[in-house]
Amino acid sequence: MEIALRTESLTRDFANVRAVDALTLEIPRGVVFGFLGPNGAGKTTTIRLLLGLLEPTAGRAEVLGYDTRTQADAIRAQTGALLEHNGLYERLTAEDNLEFYGRIARLPAAERQARIRELLTHLGVWERRKELVGTWSRGMKQKLAVARALLHRPPLIFLDEPTAGLDPVAAAALRDDIAALVAREGATVFLTTHNLAEAEKLCALVGVIRQGRLLALGSPDTLRVRTGGPQVEVVGRGFTETVLARLRARPEVASVATQNSHLIITLQAPVETAPLISLMVNAGAEIEEVRKGKESLEEVFLTLVGEEDERMKAEG
Amino acid sequence: MMADVMTVLWKELKEILEFSGARSGWLRLALWFGVFGIFLPLQMQEEWLSSPIVLYNWSWFPLFVVSSVAAGAFAGERERHTLETLLASRLSDRAILFGKIAAGVVYGWGLTLPSILLGLVTVNVVRWQGTIQWYRPEIAVGGVVLSLVAALLGSVLGAFASLRASTARQAQQTLSLINMLVLFVPLFGLQALPAELKEQVWSALAGLDLTRVVLIALAVLVALSVALLAATLARFRRARLILD
Repeated sequence: MEIALRTESLTRDFANVRAVDALTLEIPRGVVFGFLGPNGAGKTTTIRLLLGLLEPTAGRAEVLGYDTRTQADAIRAQTGALLEHNGLYERLTAEDNLEFYGRIARLPAAERQARIRELLTHLGVWERRKELVGTWSRGMKQKLAVARALLHRPPLIFLDEPTAGLDPVAAAALRDDIAALVAREGATVFLTTHNLAEAEKLCALVGVIRQGRLLALGSPDTLRVRTGGPQVEVVGRGFTETVLARLRARPEVASVATQNSHLIITLQAPVETAPLISLMVNAGAEIEEVRKGKESLEEVFLTLVGEEDERMKAEG
Repeated sequence: MMADVMTVLWKELKEILEFSGARSGWLRLALWFGVFGIFLPLQMQEEWLSSPIVLYNWSWFPLFVVSSVAAGAFAGERERHTLETLLASRLSDRAILFGKIAAGVVYGWGLTLPSILLGLVTVNVVRWQGTIQWYRPEIAVGGVVLSLVAALLGSVLGAFASLRASTARQAQQTLSLINMLVLFVPLFGLQALPAELKEQVWSALAGLDLTRVVLIALAVLVALSVALLAATLARFRRARLILD
């Protein structure tokens, strides 16, 4: 398996804050990696460290095989980035913005023109290429910034909260565009977000970070298994203490909880649910609907954060 | 690296032209050409084409003009949130810095040269003597060369001030103060001298060979530019630029 980036105990301190705390991770090439965390978790600082824009206080990182301390120029030449701000020149047209970064990437003139046309057409803004970017909506600017990041076909792309501040429609459209472009280009993507639905939709691999510490790393399914098993949601009536007690006594059941008129049964592992339903009916419950599902990434995230809080309390 | 410098220069000039195309930009250009291409030549008339004092004007004017764009070199990018993306590109520190300095020089010198020509036209129109009156050769060559080096100094100074300033306005205030010192200290300093000493200074200046004065002024401006450029390069740190 080829590795796109690797960090070993990567740490960055600011005056009174440890922004990134002994971060160790490996991301294989060709995947969309979601770096999840609340605001101020250290996501943006991690990207700055990986691009060689900041020096680590301790530890090391390699991006595309280059050391971030000594070969940052090579890293920046082979990556595309949409950072915290879109970085677009609002006094220039959309076309000129891409032309500038195409020249920086030293794309030959003909290839540059063709590539700009291809990306802007794909994103549906080719007809508006001569307009000043300052007159565009935030969603269109984000699209243009994504196009800029992909312009020189980099093998690795950093996207720092690309849908932040967009309305739900624009955010969904941009997510679709990113997914389509990334699938077509075959690049590795390092995407930071605090939007868990976004990570669920786009990412094959996710890392959860909080206060600079990596809490978990794996595929969304792996994290679900780690933090809790599959769930069964039962809608109906008559969920008495007897019913709940019988369910809890079953070895395949991890926990049982009621939410409004719903019963949430978390299982130890994916198993057949028919015996559990029979048990409930025999105990007097009336069942209208049974939904089998997985814990959402949001629930996984909250579980991880809760565990981290408990660990920190225990450490004093 | 030259191709990268030209790329940055291309972008900077595009932005400057777009900004100059706005109403405030046209007003600024009209004021510039009106004062330095028409008003002052009208005041000095034939003296405008031969007096060494004109060389002082052409050394100071580009500094003034360049400061308006050079102040935004880095502070403007920081203010508009474009700096970090630029620094995350494959451009080297030197390519970014030299490209921005070159843009200031092209802008400052590019406005000074037409002003020199406009001054010539103005004097000839109001004091037509049957044939075209030209600048004294030392004034013409000195004006062209000194204004180029002055534009370089102004641009480097602007980049230096702009590196740490949080806004373009803040950088411009610093540069305006420096420009005022350059303009007023020699003028008021000379005025404040005792009459006898002032007379001695004037006669000493009058006795100087103009070519030598131009060469000395050139050497001083170049030396200042090189020293400031070295200081600006030493000050250019990507991490500092991002965290500032």
